[in-house]
Amino acid sequence: MAERKLYTVIIFSENTVGLLNQITIIFTRRQLNIETLSVSPSAIKGIHKFTITTFSDQDTIDKVVKQIDKRVDILKAYYNTDEDLVYQEIALYKLSTEAFIRMGGVEDLIRKYNARILEMNEVCVVLEKNGHYEETQALFKELSDSIGVLQFIRSGRIAITKSKVERLRYERYVGRYGS
Amino acid sequence: MEKEKITGSEALLRTLIAEGVEYIFGYPGGQAIPLYDCLYDYEDKIKHILVRHEQGATHAAQGYARVSGKVGVALVTSGPGATNTITGIADAMMDSTPMVVIAGQVPSPLLGTDAFQEIDVIGITQPITKWAYQVRKPEEIAWAVSRAFYIASTGRPGPVVIDFAKDAQVGWVEYEYKKVDFICSYQPVPEISSASVAEAAGLINRAKKPFALIGQGVILGNAEKEVRELLEKADIPAGSTVLGLSALPSGHPLNKGMLGMHGNVGPNRKTNECDVLIAIGMRFDDRVTGDLKSYARQAKIIHFDIDLSEIGKNVPVDVPVLGDAKETVAAVTKLVEEARHTEWIQSFEPHEREENTKVIEKELAPADGPLKMGEVVRKVSEAVNDDAVLVTDVGQNQMMGVRYFRYKQTRSVVTSGGLGTMGYGLPAAIGAKVGAPRRTVCFFTGDGGLQMTIQELGTVMQENLAVKIIVLNNNFLGMVRQWQELFFRKRYSATEMKNPDFVGIGRAYGIPGKAASTREELDEAIREMIAADGPYLLVANVEESGMVYPMVPAGGAITDILMGDETKKED
Repeated sequence: MAERKLYTVIIFSENTVGLLNQITIIFTRRQLNIETLSVSPSAIKGIHKFTITTFSDQDTIDKVVKQIDKRVDILKAYYNTDEDLVYQEIALYKLSTEAFIRMGGVEDLIRKYNARILEMNEVCVVLEKNGHYEETQALFKELSDSIGVLQFIRSGRIAITKSKVERLRYERYVGRYGS
Repeated sequence: MEKEKITGSEALLRTLIAEGVEYIFGYPGGQAIPLYDCLYDYEDKIKHILVRHEQGATHAAQGYARVSGKVGVALVTSGPGATNTITGIADAMMDSTPMVVIAGQVPSPLLGTDAFQEIDVIGITQPITKWAYQVRKPEEIAWAVSRAFYIASTGRPGPVVIDFAKDAQVGWVEYEYKKVDFICSYQPVPEISSASVAEAAGLINRAKKPFALIGQGVILGNAEKEVRELLEKADIPAGSTVLGLSALPSGHPLNKGMLGMHGNVGPNRKTNECDVLIAIGMRFDDRVTGDLKSYARQAKIIHFDIDLSEIGKNVPVDVPVLGDAKETVAAVTKLVEEARHTEWIQSFEPHEREENTKVIEKELAPADGPLKMGEVVRKVSEAVNDDAVLVTDVGQNQMMGVRYFRYKQTRSVVTSGGLGTMGYGLPAAIGAKVGAPRRTVCFFTGDGGLQMTIQELGTVMQENLAVKIIVLNNNFLGMVRQWQELFFRKRYSATEMKNPDFVGIGRAYGIPGKAASTREELDEAIREMIAADGPYLLVANVEESGMVYPMVPAGGAITDILMGDETKKED
């Protein structure tokens, strides 16, 4: 069995109804589970960007990405491994205000994890931390081991390639979109 | 000045006409009545052919597309009308057949409410279409329908579904048709790389034992002439996939026959002996390659294709040549030197002789005994001067059909290749006759396959289509029976069939016919069939235990070929 590792698939697409389904069915056919998914408007009006991570071997991900790229509504699809990318996730942590204050060492914690407080009221505190999975997970572990976490949510990965070569040439689409 | 306003239904019809549609295969129903009402006014411009089941509409559209090269159109209602088209859509996807399926849909305010005859057509068809789009407003029609035809017919062709909400059918719109010929997210034909063209030509020039594989891409790309010029200039023998058959005439000296599981022995064995394998518009299907681990390992592989995702999908490729085969093959031919590979080409002959002795002669010229499937096919082929359109169903009839029918011109084979759809044949033959009215259409089917879509005899009757229907009747689901005989210890589970009087059924539909069990009866029936102006139903009662040989067992190496003499030794 070929080596499986985490791949990040980046997809530029039209923003039409049912596009996510077109993409996920291709993952489903190859029995690939989507680890994270992030979708948002791209720098080009009307074009959306998907960032999907999945564990796969190189041969499979290569074929899956070709199948995605081939869809009529997809402008471009490509994949990278972590070495090629600058990537980030964001996590939110909801804590009990009472426990948070009682815990002490808030300043140390915030500095250590480079976290910040988004909201604080008499009931709860909401912390935010950006980072790789291991980093947001480390804060989660520390908090849940000490004062407990009421709610926790982590976003899907977003990523930018380090390469000098741009896979999607923006100028090709600006002005022509909508044809 | 105010523009003229028309209904969405009329906008659809006008767009279809603008796209050059002459025929629609369809079946009306609740959510398509406004479309059909409008069609009533356009009967002089678009001919509607009423099928008997929506699956038939799609297969007929496929048959039409395959012989004519135009986009086939099917029109159905929502819910069950749409779900009945799924098999045909999937078949068209697998076989790259250009088709547009227009399905009625419940009014858009009812979408998502489980309304009567509502089904999520887009969700169901996205995995099996090149594009699927729901039209909710009449303003979208001209754009969406023109785009549908552009997508279906360009690049690697395929099926497109338009899910057409009823309120968009009856709403009013200021109609303006604008042909879609550009989609920014879609590049139908990849740019040609002159480096890979040169590399491919170099490999061919250095080859001592080149071998070409011809797929349907040659036909879809109208590249028959270009491929022939390449083969002739560099003296390259060629084998053909089932769907690539007729791209090269049967009698061409470089045509070494069919590839794959029931293909000819020579081309299969030579695949594993050649030094350069030149695949043109084919996708290395498992029925062609057998076990990939032992497929053409010794050869450098050149793959011409229009679809990047096919490169390296199944077989590692040394030189991919992306683009439209018509252009890429011509570009390579220009750089290819004239060559002669006489010895290599002659080396196919012993294999041909072996197959002749062990398989073909027994199949085509048996001394006595019941009729054989192959001899029926060959006799019909000869009776039409080897120049008809062959349509087959799926199973033994299909393999016998493609093995023993012969072709003089391209687009002469209509068969379900990738999906292997039983029941495909009769409606596809209807479409083929509509698409090629001047050609004789010979449709070979089995007793099983015919009964899957036998209701389409009603369409044959209503349209008086001169389809020559030949039933190779062995009262068995023959191909499954063959596998049971070879691989399942002759346990014939659920494959024996008690059949009706097919000639009687034909008669009930006003289709003349005859049953034949002897060679004299067969000759007589064929004569009568050819002489008949209209449709004809010939029932050839063939041997029950007929087998299609040669056969490469599924998963086996392409050179591990059963010839039909092995099993007898074991008995």
